[in-house]
Amino acid sequence: MLAEVLSKEAKGLLLGNEAVVRGALEAGVGFASTYPGTPASEIGDTFAAVAKQAGVYFEYSTNEKVALEAAAGAALSGVRSLVAFKSFGLNVAIDSLFPLAYLGVKAGMVVVVSDDPSCWSSAQSEQDSRLYARIAHLPMLEPSDAQECKDFTKAAFEISEKFGIPVLIRLTTRVSHESAIVKLDRIVRGKHVGVFVKDVKWKNFPPTVISTHEELHKKLADLAKECGKVFTKVLLGKGKAGIITSGVAYSYVVEAMEDLEVELPVLKLGLTNPLPEGLIEKFLEGLDAVLVVEELDPVLEESIRSIACKVKPSIKILGKNAVPVAGELVEEYVVHAISRLTGKRYKFSLAQHKQQYERLRIARRFPLMCPGCPHRATFYAAKLAEPKAVFAGDIGCYMLGVHPPLETTDFVSNMGASEGIAHGISKVSKQNVIAFIGDSTFFHAGIPALINAVFNNSNFLLIILDNRTTAMTGHQPHPGVGVNAAGEQTKPVSLLEIVKACGVENVKIVDPYNIKEMVASIKEFLASGKLSVIIAKRECRLLTIRRMRKEGMKVHKFEIDRLMLTDECKKKLREFGCPAIIEEDGVVYIDEDLCFGCGVCAQLCPGIIKVKG
Amino acid sequence: MKEFNIVIAGIGGQGSITLGYIIAQAAFLQGYEVKTAELHGLAQRYGVVPCHVRFGESIHSSVVMEGEANLIIALEPLEALRACYYASKESRTVFVVDSKRIPPLSVSVCGEPYASLNTILKKLEEFGEKVFLVNASEKAKEITGTFVSSNVYLLGYAVGKGLIPLEKKFILDGMKRVLSEKLFESNKKVFEEGEREGFHGKS
Repeated sequence: MLAEVLSKEAKGLLLGNEAVVRGALEAGVGFASTYPGTPASEIGDTFAAVAKQAGVYFEYSTNEKVALEAAAGAALSGVRSLVAFKSFGLNVAIDSLFPLAYLGVKAGMVVVVSDDPSCWSSAQSEQDSRLYARIAHLPMLEPSDAQECKDFTKAAFEISEKFGIPVLIRLTTRVSHESAIVKLDRIVRGKHVGVFVKDVKWKNFPPTVISTHEELHKKLADLAKECGKVFTKVLLGKGKAGIITSGVAYSYVVEAMEDLEVELPVLKLGLTNPLPEGLIEKFLEGLDAVLVVEELDPVLEESIRSIACKVKPSIKILGKNAVPVAGELVEEYVVHAISRLTGKRYKFSLAQHKQQYERLRIARRFPLMCPGCPHRATFYAAKLAEPKAVFAGDIGCYMLGVHPPLETTDFVSNMGASEGIAHGISKVSKQNVIAFIGDSTFFHAGIPALINAVFNNSNFLLIILDNRTTAMTGHQPHPGVGVNAAGEQTKPVSLLEIVKACGVENVKIVDPYNIKEMVASIKEFLASGKLSVIIAKRECRLLTIRRMRKEGMKVHKFEIDRLMLTDECKKKLREFGCPAIIEEDGVVYIDEDLCFGCGVCAQLCPGIIKVKG
Repeated sequence: MKEFNIVIAGIGGQGSITLGYIIAQAAFLQGYEVKTAELHGLAQRYGVVPCHVRFGESIHSSVVMEGEANLIIALEPLEALRACYYASKESRTVFVVDSKRIPPLSVSVCGEPYASLNTILKKLEEFGEKVFLVNASEKAKEITGTFVSSNVYLLGYAVGKGLIPLEKKFILDGMKRVLSEKLFESNKKVFEEGEREGFHGKS
């Protein structure tokens, strides 16, 4: 709960992401930045909500790379800083993070990354960001629950400052989005004003880079010795079979042992880079078999295998041969793996239950664009104008265009990639290519790709879906909106002016609710054979509806005149796929509780769909 | 009580996470250990949004394990069926289900099946101890003019039936913490109507 992030009580019910913010506030953070991305979004949103009151500078940056650089600037000037993003955000920021390990920081700097096993809110990959810590030569802490989110974040600032390097905190969806009771300490008002003091040590440049690299290895070795124990938890247990685990997997291990009524020795690691090797060696020495329980890749397992080779080659190691490598971990898998390790059977047949469940055959419910979503109208028009086009997708709500009935997303890769890939396709193929990108995503990663398209005489059509917000992650502002995280008025960066300044000649703004004009514009630009941009400008319907309700304005709902309804209209509505238009047993109606009154369906079936009287 | 496991099954926008927060706050105020697991982002756009709440003397994982739910509050019948993953005869799972159907697009567009309410009820009974079908959306709309508070109506119903080991005063305090003042008043009314129906209705 947001209110509890600033609570003066001894404990509060906090979301993992909120607990990260609380930990930073207890450490006296002075500067925070982010680019929103689920499952990390609430870290930024919580900072946005409390920044003023807590005396912290906070910004939504244009992308994660800039966010990280900004946080580095603050830390170099002696102000404690935190930057947060989701897994793929770290990919964007990584070019700036690697050298920062060498450059070092003056005040504590914490980099929070939240991975998304099972891709609950991600389209691209099940990235395991733990591997980055090793190439970056940076320490990484892995909290298991909301309490550790707070405690580890707070401690990370101390470690960062002491060793003069940024510290990574790695979360996963279930840690970020767990609410739990968190014991709180006092919030400290930190420095938010600093000075950059010139010093030769900031000049990381060959040949010093090589000696710095050597020092980094030494720093990490010292850090493991000094801090390894603090972040390690040992459950004594009985027997010669034990478990090594980290992150959210630890909670499943504890629950699974209770369910199986066994008490095994458990080593729970909080510092997963550098690993506290001495502690692991000691733990392995007393065992005949060890089960490594970790989500996603065998990161711990590989290290443990190499440590075991040195100290206990005879030990039997279970890891990814007992726990899945893909998909998020659930307690069921851990119960199964511990059963295998101990031979103890679970009282309840999970396999039989699963079989019974699978027999249910439940209709799928895809996430969808909302009723009234301007993206749906744009997609519908694009398909009408050129159904055979290659449709290049990007990251945002509009990637839901991948689902039927629209299917106007032939592929999705990563932020900004619609343009780059569309360019490549149009260079080798004669097909018409239409790329879609959101407004916030365009500011984030779309501009260099557009310049490249101009520079290299490309001829695809780019449609910027300008819904005036960063919708999917929770309606954060972006540079085009004219207001920032602090609520200050800023000069809105104009999409139209940027596109023109890049040198695109075919450009216009079209209202996606005007299907006729959108279809005509798409046809016209495709026929021109030149690189073109349509800015499909219409505010996210959720924001419009919220504002209308707040101002006491009535949202006009639509209804279908069933006597007039034709098969052709039915077909169009099916192809349009608005969730408020429901078809059941041949009957089609608009659910007035769901209708957001955009009226686009009335354009598709004039005279048949009308405003409800 | 060692642990009590609730799964709230709903569709993005129906308020399953808000309901989870209310129950979690109530459990916290009543002195239990408590954890919730929720999903944000992509899933919230009319997709399946399950929210888990676990409370009791000692809670480690935020996620309810397969077959271990004590109570499933479903804001839509098909989602109740989907939540059967967490239900079992062994855990004596009880279902409280809003009867308002919201068929997913896969039914009209891909021709996937949406069984009748009766068939769904029968299947739910195979997975649990008892099923209560409640016209929560309709009732919430009668009281407040919108169906949005159907979640709180179902909560009231479950409390009236004695299906949640939490005291009413803590639930109301939880609601006060989670909802704005204006929403609290209307939701309190919805909750109490649900509670009344749960208490007097067929068991």
